[in-house]
Amino acid sequence: MSLTKKLALAVAVFAAPVLGAATASAEGERYVLVSHAPDSDSWWNTIKNGIALAGEQMGVEVEYRNPPTGDLADMARIIDQAAASGPNGIITTLADYDVLSGPIKAAVDSGVDVIIINSGTPEQARDLGALMYVGQPEYDAGYAAGLRAKGDGVGSFLCVNHYISSPSSTERCQGFADGLGVELGNQMIDAGQDPAEIKNRVMAYLNSNPDTDAVLTLGPTSADPTLQALDENGMAGDIYFGTFDLGANIVEGIKAGTINWGIDQQPFLQAYLPVIVMTNYHRYGVLPGNNINSGPGFVTADALEMVEKYAGEYR
Amino acid sequence: MSDTAAAPASDERIKQTSALRKALIRPELGGICGTVIVFVLFAIFAGDSGMFNSQGILNWSVVSAQFMIIAVGACLLMIAGEFDLSVGSMIGFAGMMIAIFTITLGWPVWQAIIVTFALCLAIGALNGIIVVRTGLPSFIVTLAFLFILRGFTIYLPQLIERKTIIGGIDKAAEGDWLAALFGGKVLSGLFTWLGDAGIIAVFERGNRAGQPVVDGIPMLIIWALVLVAFGHFVLTRTKFGNWIFAAGGDAQAARYVGVPVNRVKILMFMFTAFCACVFATCQVMEFGSAGADRGLLKEFEAIIAVVIGGALLTGGYGSVIGAALGALIFGVVQQGLFFANVESSLFRVFLGVILLFAVVLNTYIRRMITGER
Repeated sequence: MSLTKKLALAVAVFAAPVLGAATASAEGERYVLVSHAPDSDSWWNTIKNGIALAGEQMGVEVEYRNPPTGDLADMARIIDQAAASGPNGIITTLADYDVLSGPIKAAVDSGVDVIIINSGTPEQARDLGALMYVGQPEYDAGYAAGLRAKGDGVGSFLCVNHYISSPSSTERCQGFADGLGVELGNQMIDAGQDPAEIKNRVMAYLNSNPDTDAVLTLGPTSADPTLQALDENGMAGDIYFGTFDLGANIVEGIKAGTINWGIDQQPFLQAYLPVIVMTNYHRYGVLPGNNINSGPGFVTADALEMVEKYAGEYR
Repeated sequence: MSDTAAAPASDERIKQTSALRKALIRPELGGICGTVIVFVLFAIFAGDSGMFNSQGILNWSVVSAQFMIIAVGACLLMIAGEFDLSVGSMIGFAGMMIAIFTITLGWPVWQAIIVTFALCLAIGALNGIIVVRTGLPSFIVTLAFLFILRGFTIYLPQLIERKTIIGGIDKAAEGDWLAALFGGKVLSGLFTWLGDAGIIAVFERGNRAGQPVVDGIPMLIIWALVLVAFGHFVLTRTKFGNWIFAAGGDAQAARYVGVPVNRVKILMFMFTAFCACVFATCQVMEFGSAGADRGLLKEFEAIIAVVIGGALLTGGYGSVIGAALGALIFGVVQQGLFFANVESSLFRVFLGVILLFAVVLNTYIRRMITGER
């Protein structure tokens, strides 16, 4: 089978440089960060940059892994895989306790140190035997935002949910509704991930509910199309607009006065700090005695300069 | 390559082929070559990364087994000349049904599983009936069901439980006879012994210290092997298997010789739904929860595995063993790239390259077998 031989050779030739380059590892500890985000979610770029920077500064090897479609069952396998490859530590999100607790516990028990970031709760992190929790409790952040909006006179809102299948998204909307002191009811829409669809769904909702006081979006994925929708139906600057997370367009919106505030949970810290903490723990045996809250921080029109400079990269 | 020195007693009308060629030139050949290449490559590049210790082997075996389960159904359906794009949504839907029956309605788990299977088979049959009755391409019909089922999977739990992930099924399933058939593990005694003997890794700390990290073979893998064996037997050793080939090869010609083409196709749609339901049940029992986003894009993963395994998109040609090997290649590459430390976004590049190579190789092999040009 000369063709097979040729084929094997071609595959080998093609794969060798890629694999070869990838296996050239740094001398030092190795940490794997596992997220629950699908490839399409731009917000996680900051996380990638955060671990890369920390890895560079500490002289350790860092890797980023995620389930391509955002399927949490796939994520569980990735955590198993990461543990099997014998790293010094795993940094992982806890998007769903039921699905991920088994693999994370197994990783901890097989001698890998784990830090939980971004989602889940500090209590869950403790139950799993993780070293610490670095993140912004979702419900609390939503609640704080709701209180703030209530103070600004908001009574009804639209929650544009672009990742409705993850429980943390619903907690944000629910927290906001509780902070306002209103029922969530059908004020949350399943917007999907596609920008054009999000835009049209927001416009449709606001057309049929013109008395809506406020819009809450859950990240750049839903905020950017929502901005366009408001521009098109003329509500921009008039309707109260708050959003989770930051991105280049969101910063522009805050500057223009279209968006009242953005809640920054500072993902950079969620990626950067665990690497620093773990490295020091493995090198010198020191560990902070508490969890780290990376957010919420409200970003308003004042003091935007740094945020703007690093939006989408480190912010 | 053919043997021209014919024995005097042989029939000159029959083409002579050497035994080696007969053994080698089969639909699975592409899959076999690919499997060997993939394992050799990863043995070289990721041999010492933990990919081939007990945890690593279990990891890519489980992922491959998942692909295998849905690939068997997709393979037989594709040979029968049809497509099913609703597999992924069916996985999410079936899992969610089990969760709703168990948690919301408080049924015993075995009852929930049986009713869910019945429901999935009914939806599969409906898919098939619509396709054969209307004569629409199955691509379109099942695309509709991709959205219909996914929509219900997101809507129902929100309506009933006000959330998109329903958990707590593992507690409900404890001691359930049927749940163990999907979520249990076999051979745990052997693994305990291997752990005690120091052959495989054991937990270093926690309340499971001293127990093996891999404490048995999940039923998921057993299901995959059983389905592959069943599918291969039906396809190559039974009359019905010939009907499947005939229905996909040339439906009209098959009808003329008395093959019940419509029944074959509907049954294949039902079998595909059955496989998706097995996948979903194993997943729900393993993780103890059902989520609205489970199974996204799994239909394409199944189709990719089947195509790598040498089946023809237009039907009438393929092999279950090939599809199983395709699933193995897919799983090993997907997890192996993590072990080999490759930037994970490159995974798709590799997948595309493998797919292209496989299709070219398979086309070449198929021409050798069937003599088409």
